[in-house]
Amino acid sequence: MPTVFIPPALQALTGGRASLEVEGGTVRELLDNLEQAWPGLRERLAEGDRLRPHVRVAVDGKVSMLGLLERVGPGSEVHFVAAVSGG
Amino acid sequence: MSQRLYTVIGTRPVRHDGADKVTGRAQFGADIRLPGMLYGHVLRSPHPHARIRRIDVAKAEAFPGVLAVVTAADLPEGPDRLLELVEGTLPLSYVRANVLARDKVLYKGHAVAAVAAVSPHVAEEAAALIEVDYEPLPAVLDVLEAMREDAPLLHPDLRMREFGEPTGKPSNVADHFRHLLGDPEQGFREAELIIEREFRTVMVHQGYLEPQNATALWNQDGRVYVWTSTQGAFSAREAIAWVLELPVSRLCVAPMEVGGAFGGKIRIYLEPVAALLSKKAGRPVKIVMPRRDVFEATGPTPGTCIRVRLGTRRDGRITAAQVWMAYETGAFPSGQCGFGALCILAPYDIPNVLIDGYDVVVNKPSTAPYRAPGATQAAFAAESVVDELAERLGMDPIEFRLMNAAREGTRRADGLKYPRIGCVEVLEAMRNHPHYRAALEGPHRGRGVAMGYWFNIGWYSSCTISVNPDGTVNLVEGSVDLSGTRTSIAMQAAEALGLRADQVHPRVADTDSIGPTAVTGGSRTTFATGWAAWEAAQDVIRQMKERAALLWEIGPDQVEFEGGVFRSGERSMRFEELAARLEETGGPVVGRGTVNPSSAGGSFAGAIADVEVDPETGKVNLLRFTSVQDAGTAIHPGAVEGQMQGGSAQGIGWALNEEYHLSPEGTMLNSSLLDYREPTALDLPPLETVIVETPEPDHPFGVRGVGEANIVPPPAAIANAIYRAIGVRLRRLPMKPSAVMEALWSKER
Repeated sequence: MPTVFIPPALQALTGGRASLEVEGGTVRELLDNLEQAWPGLRERLAEGDRLRPHVRVAVDGKVSMLGLLERVGPGSEVHFVAAVSGG
Repeated sequence: MSQRLYTVIGTRPVRHDGADKVTGRAQFGADIRLPGMLYGHVLRSPHPHARIRRIDVAKAEAFPGVLAVVTAADLPEGPDRLLELVEGTLPLSYVRANVLARDKVLYKGHAVAAVAAVSPHVAEEAAALIEVDYEPLPAVLDVLEAMREDAPLLHPDLRMREFGEPTGKPSNVADHFRHLLGDPEQGFREAELIIEREFRTVMVHQGYLEPQNATALWNQDGRVYVWTSTQGAFSAREAIAWVLELPVSRLCVAPMEVGGAFGGKIRIYLEPVAALLSKKAGRPVKIVMPRRDVFEATGPTPGTCIRVRLGTRRDGRITAAQVWMAYETGAFPSGQCGFGALCILAPYDIPNVLIDGYDVVVNKPSTAPYRAPGATQAAFAAESVVDELAERLGMDPIEFRLMNAAREGTRRADGLKYPRIGCVEVLEAMRNHPHYRAALEGPHRGRGVAMGYWFNIGWYSSCTISVNPDGTVNLVEGSVDLSGTRTSIAMQAAEALGLRADQVHPRVADTDSIGPTAVTGGSRTTFATGWAAWEAAQDVIRQMKERAALLWEIGPDQVEFEGGVFRSGERSMRFEELAARLEETGGPVVGRGTVNPSSAGGSFAGAIADVEVDPETGKVNLLRFTSVQDAGTAIHPGAVEGQMQGGSAQGIGWALNEEYHLSPEGTMLNSSLLDYREPTALDLPPLETVIVETPEPDHPFGVRGVGEANIVPPPAAIANAIYRAIGVRLRRLPMKPSAVMEALWSKER
């Protein structure tokens, strides 16, 4: 199962858990399934069918441009991180 | 340096924009001349914090030669929403309020109104006739003071956000974020040596020579044309459209040549103002910022307070890190502390990490990205403590860093694992460089080293390539050329097509003429737009194979292409030969390439600095300086070296001289290039460069961005060198003569 890492600011919503194993083949499915077990988490990360503006998702170390549509594998690591750019 | 895997990549052709630049024919924003054009002038606040009670523009409007006056009342007042900007997210209301203040001014120089007139002087004179009734408010200028509970509030509605969610009561703290890895408390218990220090840096400016400028024409058909000095025509188009509440298709933004930007020309300032003036006047309007306004009213980089605590075992292994960092974002939130937080420990593999960061608004100009935004301040702090640890352990500072260096698979502070990176390779290149091995003798002399990191970004880019009958190609791209990227992108197309660099004619297009392309920033352009050019070249090759197949009466899959030659069995045809036969084989060939990579491989940079300190005056003379950086693959080594030297020079200025001198009332006292002390050629020794090449695994040629990481290590390297020269560690930038003398006197006491 993919492993989802919970940002420290949101760990209050997961009973202090920093990472969770969740079923799902896309980031959207992971979030939907997480919401079942940990209500309130999804709305902190997504608005409807899109990630919230300040949030990016990284799958296996790579920040995705596809957001909720990004596919994940059975052993994937999924992180929700703040958006980064540069000068 | 590159093995000769390539024909074009790794060479140093003349830049495509070279002739226009050296002959003065290149068109910058200030060069624009349109029929009937008017000139704008912006009236700015004399107060760092004040409520606007009333603005009376009657006298200005009546002044001979004035055709339009605008204030915030002329801006649309649609519903607020959160905008995704390059440097983070910001409410639209804040973006508008920075363009023209509505109810409050939040920094000295905040735009309040603007005038369009027949000459710049008439506009300036008329602007002085605008009457603004201010109610001055207490200002807060320092990050720690702004965090106090009793501090004056800049935005009554601002609440600290944690991962995007507002929390608590109104505050000047815009954002708090936390990164946690492992068990920091346990990590510190395992440590046998712990050092904790506090560092301060002050606001500095990117220091580009060309001021911000914008010319706008609100055409009678409702379309709005903007010519501007920007790092991103498409991001400017989007931001202007938001502020003016226009569909993006109503706007065409033409990016002009840019005389320096370094992150400071991503945001918009004058563009919506010029457009509103043009709408009112019915004529095009040009505004060019005076230098004072560039300093006072564009986006410098934040001052900071950073506390770093590191623990190691006696064998040199770092066991834990704790960082507390607060960045002053200026008048509006900017998010740069978040970037600094991810860079501050980036060169190291530390199992237990806790980072708390705060973005804090103060009554200063709204900050903007500056070359690796947030990272240089962070590295100054962390690399100084790393150096102190190495010294206390009796270890060589590079060997200590190598022992703890990040590698592929190391987790960053936010938990992501690094892909292939060149941190170790950069450190080894530093250790093996003749500079590091050379003797440094004489009193008051010392050598320091430091490391730095910048993520680099990917994002979207578009290119088209059309084939000319003479066998050359025209390359149209959406990336503004800040530093020779026309050439670095053209070289990648040339390599793919088997052409010489001068057979590719690159052109930067306006937003009507090319597909969307993200800003030239985040060290992305040679990486992402070069990749788009490679994709466009592949499309050209595919179509050209079909033409060759037509001529040879075979299937396209039987045609091969390599080194500029199409082949099938014994038959062959050079690219230019086939280009001459396009008309008879189906007409024009135009290739298209678009990419949207998520991130470019990050780049590590290191610096070695030798200094001599004059104990009588405190002046620090830089004797020798070497910059080492991982470029992935250096497309144009001369351009890469130029980036490394430019970033190093800016980092050296930041280290030794540059700062916003503010009066206690919040007025900048050195808002000219005579008084804002950027380094000149006389201040710098030759800046040596070493390009390390650890190819980025995803890019067709292994490119990594090189525009930013080089500015990160110089202040820390120089601070560490000063310590070895005079035995005093400076923990505040700039390390100007008075600061050095005070440190020496403190040591003597």
